[in-house]
Amino acid sequence: MKLSELIKRLDLKLLTKSDFEDREITGGYCGDLLSWVMGKAKPGNVWITIMSNVNIVAVASLTDAACILLSENMNLEREIIEKADEQDVVILRSSKPSYILAAEVFQAVEK
Amino acid sequence: MTPNNIVNMAALIGLDAIAVSDHNTVGNVGAVVKAGEKAGVTVIPAMEVETAEEIHVLTLYPSLESAEYAGNEVYKHLPEIKNRSDIFGEQLLMDENDEVIGREEKLLISSTSLSVNMLFDLVKESGGLFIPAHVDRHSYSVLTNLGFIPDDLPIAWIEISKRVTDLDAYFNSRPELRGYRVLRNSDAHYLMDISEREASLSSSVEDIFDFRRKR
Repeated sequence: MKLSELIKRLDLKLLTKSDFEDREITGGYCGDLLSWVMGKAKPGNVWITIMSNVNIVAVASLTDAACILLSENMNLEREIIEKADEQDVVILRSSKPSYILAAEVFQAVEK
Repeated sequence: MTPNNIVNMAALIGLDAIAVSDHNTVGNVGAVVKAGEKAGVTVIPAMEVETAEEIHVLTLYPSLESAEYAGNEVYKHLPEIKNRSDIFGEQLLMDENDEVIGREEKLLISSTSLSVNMLFDLVKESGGLFIPAHVDRHSYSVLTNLGFIPDDLPIAWIEISKRVTDLDAYFNSRPELRGYRVLRNSDAHYLMDISEREASLSSSVEDIFDFRRKR
């Protein structure tokens, strides 16, 4: 499934300007401890988290995640969004908790 | 632990200086500083703060006033949750004679709403030292929670817990940590855990605050 399609289907808010036209989603990963995410998230994953530290941008870029999906309407400092734009990282946001988002991403991707 | 049994145990062991760092509070630091003056032990005002990312940071202060300034700010950023003494124990406040003078009603074990960056700025403004605590551990550590130390934090010191016995081997596994000044301590939660004269500073206690920005 294309990331653009997922954004529409789950009604996600796009925070970054990074291009994602051709991004394909391979699955998802849920986690807030970045040391774990660095070792576990796979390329093309939708990474669902509430962590709002600037290091999320580097971790998403390192793991080649399709995007960061912030749950619970987590707020981000503007500098973090700017950094994501620089590094071509896509950040999305939703008011839903991680549990629900994971279920929705799973349904969308695996079906 | 009481102000007097802490400083007297330290004096008995022969420690010249100790830091008292309660979790998210400096409520008892003043009493320990005074007790330390009587016992001939230098007490560095300190506080272990838990950030919004659930990272523990040891903060040291050059004076009681600066510690209290930071302590007040930290207190404002603690959630309004009352302590349950049946679960967490009592949060007693003591004076320099070990008399109980009050109880902290707000739950101190919570994490504050201060991000690492906000806390860094607060500690810097207070003239204190910002030391990510037990970076080698798997919980409440900056390396576990954030993966690595954010490059926008000009941190000079890190604390490596006493679980790491071979520092060189540890640095070989995390080479990016070489170059930080390393604090070793007992992290004593009980009197019997207070360490012997194992760690030392090559300078006076005052001097460590002059080096805070240097790597």
